[in-house]
Amino acid sequence: MLNWPILSVIVFLPLAGALLIAALPSQGEAEARNVRWIALWVTLVTFAITLILTWRFDPKSADFQFEEKYRWLEGAIVYHMGVDGISLPFVVLTTGLMPICIVASWTAIQKRVKEYMIAFLVLETLMVGTFTALDLVLFYLFFEGGLIPMFLIIGVWGGPRRVYASFKFFLYTLLGSVLMLLAIMSLYWDAGTTDIPTLLHHGFPLGLQKWAWLAFFASFAVKMPMWPVHTWLPDAHVEAPTAGSVILAAILLKMGGYGFLRFSLPMFPAASHDFAPLVFTLSIVAIIYTSLVALVQEDMKKLIAYSSVAHMGFVTMGIFAATTQGVAGGIFQMISHGVVSGALFLCVGVIYDRMHTREIAAYGGLVNRMPFYAVAFMIFTLANVALPGTSGFIGEFLTLIGTFRVNTAVATFATIGTILSAAYALWLYRRIIYGVLDKPALAAILDLNYREIITLGPLAVLAIVLGFFPQPVLDLSAASVAQLLDGYTHALGTAHTTALLLR
Amino acid sequence: MNDVAALPALLPALPEIVLAVGAMVLLMLGAFRGEHTAVAVNWLAIVLLVAAGVITLWLPGGTLVTFGGSFIVDPFARFLKLLALTGSAAAILMSFDYLAVEKQQKFEYPILILLSTTGMLMLISAADLIALYLGLELMSLALYVVAAINRDSTRSSEAGLKYFILGALSSGMLLYGASLVYGFTGTVTFTGIAKAASPDSIGLILGLVFLFAGFCFKVSAVPFHMWTPDVYEGAPTPITAFFAAAPKVAGIAMFVRTTIVAFPGIVPQWQQIVVFVSIASMALGAFAAIGQRNIKRLLAYSSIGHMGFALIGLAAASSDGVEGVLIYMAIYLAMTLGTFAVVLAMRRGGQMVEGIGDLSGLAHTNPTMAFFLAMLLFSLAGIPPLAGFFAKFYVFLAAIKAGLFALAVIGVVTSVVGAYYYLTIVKIMYFEEPAKPFAPMAIELKIVLAVTGLFNLLFFVYPGPLIAAATTAAKSLF
Repeated sequence: MLNWPILSVIVFLPLAGALLIAALPSQGEAEARNVRWIALWVTLVTFAITLILTWRFDPKSADFQFEEKYRWLEGAIVYHMGVDGISLPFVVLTTGLMPICIVASWTAIQKRVKEYMIAFLVLETLMVGTFTALDLVLFYLFFEGGLIPMFLIIGVWGGPRRVYASFKFFLYTLLGSVLMLLAIMSLYWDAGTTDIPTLLHHGFPLGLQKWAWLAFFASFAVKMPMWPVHTWLPDAHVEAPTAGSVILAAILLKMGGYGFLRFSLPMFPAASHDFAPLVFTLSIVAIIYTSLVALVQEDMKKLIAYSSVAHMGFVTMGIFAATTQGVAGGIFQMISHGVVSGALFLCVGVIYDRMHTREIAAYGGLVNRMPFYAVAFMIFTLANVALPGTSGFIGEFLTLIGTFRVNTAVATFATIGTILSAAYALWLYRRIIYGVLDKPALAAILDLNYREIITLGPLAVLAIVLGFFPQPVLDLSAASVAQLLDGYTHALGTAHTTALLLR
Repeated sequence: MNDVAALPALLPALPEIVLAVGAMVLLMLGAFRGEHTAVAVNWLAIVLLVAAGVITLWLPGGTLVTFGGSFIVDPFARFLKLLALTGSAAAILMSFDYLAVEKQQKFEYPILILLSTTGMLMLISAADLIALYLGLELMSLALYVVAAINRDSTRSSEAGLKYFILGALSSGMLLYGASLVYGFTGTVTFTGIAKAASPDSIGLILGLVFLFAGFCFKVSAVPFHMWTPDVYEGAPTPITAFFAAAPKVAGIAMFVRTTIVAFPGIVPQWQQIVVFVSIASMALGAFAAIGQRNIKRLLAYSSIGHMGFALIGLAAASSDGVEGVLIYMAIYLAMTLGTFAVVLAMRRGGQMVEGIGDLSGLAHTNPTMAFFLAMLLFSLAGIPPLAGFFAKFYVFLAAIKAGLFALAVIGVVTSVVGAYYYLTIVKIMYFEEPAKPFAPMAIELKIVLAVTGLFNLLFFVYPGPLIAAATTAAKSLF
């Protein structure tokens, strides 16, 4: 074990960076430059420490590692941090994407740079904290606290309808979460603790499981987002600045999936089993309906937002199939979607910065002037479509197999969704990149600059490498997933026997 | 015979005595030396409040009883007395600048606050209905006058008159309730009532209802909240700040102590009333505030809502619940004082402005103030990790334990509705184009804002002491 609190360092280093930036004296242009560099270095160092963490992580163990525990509230609620195979990939994803977001905002953000970077760094602290907290109340603190910086990011640096979008985002998410808070309290009174590792083995009574499952579901379904509570997402995505959309799509949405894996499935196995048909139905509707909606979008960001909802449908479906492939595929799909959708939003940002419109009809024939851009966009579009050889394929394929073993009909419907996703994604690509470059405004558009290549390059490599070698990510979480499912089937078995005995 | 003649132990009441005697000395000072002593009287009043606080802390620990059992000093009383004293002292401190600029310096003002605070302390320590009424009237009479202290302003006079008439009515109801309770139990002491109370006595229940009407009026809970927005808006702003803080603490103290100590045997009878009052207050506070454009009116509705949340803890009728109420009041006090420090600094071109639109673009013109206010507003909305979240956390925790699920669910939903109007203010400050900057903030206001703001931001780092104190305080009632 380590003798320094590596997780706390990862969580609070960005916050320290934010304080440092806040303490800088105001001095105009030079200040903005310093602020950007500080933010970049802080996120890079955080990422480097995360890599050390990953390197020291023992993937063979299913237990929580790098645990830290300090007394906090009344002894019952403790400051408890730790990672296992399920949370670690998300921590890496978060810290890895942050430097990219900072670079992507380098020139796009010109007003209130200092506040912007502070908001992003605080957000990073809260996001990483969400994935590493091993106490329910602590988790909730990080989970909900993230609303404040994101609200400001959308509202201050967003597009024309930013006020509406930011309010919708905030209130929607808050409404879901407060119900979860009540469920957390019920769990506390039932188990006498909010320590997650303890609760995982507590075995809640069935009645409480059902209510608590629904309350947690309310929160995570909004966050995920699942149909029909997804409507905040397109608005938030469209209005958020590019880096905000990236964070939203790549990380905030994953908190929902992470929540299902961390809480719903292991803590309420019987309820999860009972409610699985509900989740399947909603997932299928999400996959098919939102794919159709994506087809008719005029706005690029909106289209990608709807495609995110559809892809998250695969994740929920896979998770609640509760098979090894389904759950592992769900995790992989989330990581892959984090990379791919983040990159797609960056791609939109690239041309938005040049033309200041996201309307699909305003573009066409970009391949003539922007060959590099066309390649990058192609890679991410295909990964989004889940072409074999890209990371998207592995995730969707695994979730589909996992679900197929449980419910053939669901898997069949979901497969239709993959066809639809090819339709909207390729059509988008055709309308923007191919064709004749006949719009006068586009005549002088420039290809990717170095800064943009730096942001898109690593993601493109990742999307392809993970498509061919998914093993590292899958291995990272394999032990934890196996333990999760063992516990799940065991709990279901017991519940089943009890039901028989009672009969 | 000797017993009757002997003086009761005065030590437990020393803070009250210090305040009362001090207030009279200051009154003499003001009356004989004229208006120009106002500033000195202000400072001396703060010194007296601090001294009373120090004495409260210095008094021997445990539970002290005196005046034949009418006056009790227990950890519960200590906790709330310190809160009330802090609220009053901060209110006087925050009024310096306002009174100087508006040329309203009257030495009576701090003295009235001192007398009112004396009433609050008595109220908090009252262990029978007579002591309770004495404390309540001492507090209220001073409040009526202080609401109307700006006699040349119709708005202020109107606020004072309204408050007086409605307050007198509610005091009458409370007194009527107290007489019914006395009539059906034969005693006025809380412990005696607790022994004699039976759920079958309709007269007692009726008395309880009237008592509650009076309590609800004082804490401005629905359905006796109507005075709040008008008085908040009409009274001079530092007085509104005072109204929003210390008297609420005292009101909640009396509500909790009477209900928990005197009526533990008839919990189902009063629980339903408290649940209703709580729900109605939260809902009204959340919905009615949405349309407000005047920040003082908005904060009035916000305080109605917050009283609803605090009463959730009382509805739980348990030690956890009372602990929740105490934590809620402590954090509410800090949030309210901080918010009013900003409202008091809203001065432009020599004029106080009160519209929420006047905060437009504050993040540009005064980023620090905007940041602290934004954090206070998020905290009022109950967003973690700010202090306001923990306030709500503990009351809801108690409600869930007590099985009041409907109340808890309605509570959290109204808190989301409430979040809307707090967000609106944040939106105005951060998303809109800057208006003309405010006049520079007075140093006292800066101090109050910084202290409350930092408390609010950093509460989660080290919540231990406050929560431990609240636990001890709550246990002393059971």
